[in-house]
Amino acid sequence: MIVANRKPFEEIMEMLKPYKKILLLGCNECVTVCSVGGAKEVAVLASEIRLSRLKNIIPVEIKEHTLERQCDPEYALSISSFVNDYEIIISMACGCGVQTIAETYREKYVVPAVNTTFMGSSEEHGVWREKCQGCGNCILDKTLGICPVTRCAKSILNGPCGGSQGGSCEINKDTPCAWQLIIDRLKQMNMMEKYLEIQPVKDWSTSRDGGPRTRIREDLRI
Amino acid sequence: MRLSYPTNIKIIKVPCTGRVDILFILKAFENGADGVCLIGCLEGECHFLTGNIRAKKRVEYIKSLLEETGIGAERVAMYNISAADGRRFAEIAREMTEKIKALGPNPAKKQVE
Amino acid sequence: MTTESNLEKVLKSGSFAVTSECGPPRGADTEAIRKKGAFLKGYVDGVNVTDNQTSVVRMSSFSASLVLKEMGFDPVMQMVCRDRNRIAIQSDILGAAALGIHNLLCLSGDHQSFGDHPSAKNVFDIDSIQLIQTVKRMRDDGKFLSGEQIKGRPDIFIGCVENPFADPFDIRALRLAKKAAAGAQFVQTQCVFNVEKFSKWMEMVRDLGIHEKMYILAGITPFKSVGMARYMKTSVPGMDVPEGLIKRLNDTPKDEVADEGIKICLEIIEQVRTIKGIAGIHIMAIEWEHKVPEIIEAAGLYPRPS
Repeated sequence: MIVANRKPFEEIMEMLKPYKKILLLGCNECVTVCSVGGAKEVAVLASEIRLSRLKNIIPVEIKEHTLERQCDPEYALSISSFVNDYEIIISMACGCGVQTIAETYREKYVVPAVNTTFMGSSEEHGVWREKCQGCGNCILDKTLGICPVTRCAKSILNGPCGGSQGGSCEINKDTPCAWQLIIDRLKQMNMMEKYLEIQPVKDWSTSRDGGPRTRIREDLRI
Repeated sequence: MRLSYPTNIKIIKVPCTGRVDILFILKAFENGADGVCLIGCLEGECHFLTGNIRAKKRVEYIKSLLEETGIGAERVAMYNISAADGRRFAEIAREMTEKIKALGPNPAKKQVE
Repeated sequence: MTTESNLEKVLKSGSFAVTSECGPPRGADTEAIRKKGAFLKGYVDGVNVTDNQTSVVRMSSFSASLVLKEMGFDPVMQMVCRDRNRIAIQSDILGAAALGIHNLLCLSGDHQSFGDHPSAKNVFDIDSIQLIQTVKRMRDDGKFLSGEQIKGRPDIFIGCVENPFADPFDIRALRLAKKAAAGAQFVQTQCVFNVEKFSKWMEMVRDLGIHEKMYILAGITPFKSVGMARYMKTSVPGMDVPEGLIKRLNDTPKDEVADEGIKICLEIIEQVRTIKGIAGIHIMAIEWEHKVPEIIEAAGLYPRPS
């Protein structure tokens, strides 16, 4: 899923400062699962905004609404009947959702309430960890299901570097060393011979480095 | 045992403090409450095993929300007491009332009335 | 094929090699590097020039290498993968070789979060093993990574580093084997304080026959103070400082700690020299360069082969 963090409240209030009629838009997908921008978080943020405005005696009217999926133009269109009743749209979706809404309603000022941070998975309740960088050329077969491009701080393909200690990355004791995990798995699977292969220089043109990427499936286009 | 406690406290019964949602507390402040006090079972004695522990964590979280909105973290508190300890309940009710009185009214209330 | 590297010449002749290092200054003044260099003159076979060590901005290793080259040294230019993509890396290799730098030490580089610009974007286009491959390919095949022909191959003696004290310990020799297979001709290890562990690592290295494929130089660092020893133990990732050494420094009267540090350092040199497969030492006297001649003389490693 895509994981995000809510922006600091102060920053949000600064963006909303000149506006009284606010549409607060959540998303039912990833940001709901990672508890940052679903219906629940929309309600909490709306309440916080109201409390803050009440305290400062500045009127506000907030419409709380959560879309099935903000990154899909079909769902984005579903709010067209009331979007014009509001001066600003503040989206709690990931950057993809914010942009879809902004592209759908070009005359509207659309601002983000969250900082989109990574593609990751849930490790336990309340803990999410980055797992994939979308490099466009997956090597998880060679590294037995642990991505060094993402999970090694230096994206080393022939690791571990000299900073791996006690299973942790040199940058932070709470960050597991991806290469320690890979080696543990290689041993467990009796596949240590894979470790001796030198991973060649990677072709990064399939990743963001090759420029913004587009995927097209002609058979699905209408 | 007829114990008295301040009359300005409104009691809301829930099956477990674990049922108390962050929104309940935020809404209470939106509706003009000056303070919110959660009273749960003693730690380790939750009927639902960890309801009061989860409530404790939520209280910590809501304190951060109240701080950023300018309402103030100290307007929320959580206590753990035995269901049989009416005396302690009355004591806490008085303590909390005194504390909130000292803080003054909920700053978001100016426009509520 | 032999390069014009003096370090390579010394190692090939079978002499026990001695290298040290010069950290470039945090400014454009070359005086600091000349001053550090002056201490080492005549005492080393090659001098490492660090590349924005610990991710703190300093004069480029390339420029500082040139200053030392001018002074008559054989610089070992360090190159990290953190700050350059393959375009810049290959370009810098050509530039260095063109101006007479014949040793390159390939490292991945400390993460920028340790340095003075933690908000920087890192590169890590290729890793240290791939950097070794890149240099070898440019030198031996005369080809860029793209496969295109190079006009004027870079004449470079290829070095690498390895940390025998990092985890997982049992793959540390295997990883060096990968570096040898990639084309590394010499390795300078992380500072050796735990000689016992280092010997165990060397045993694994010999079992894999790596000592016959590359020259192994043991990293040596003298302790200046108890504080420094403690700092290295607790705060430098991948450093193994046995508690016994700290205690020994601690039990030494304050004004004799520095001398004791040098004594420990000489003992470690003596011990690693007897380990089969060790071809030399690399002395990293952090902000203590003027002590290096004393160490080399006391270790009986002076004069150097000319």
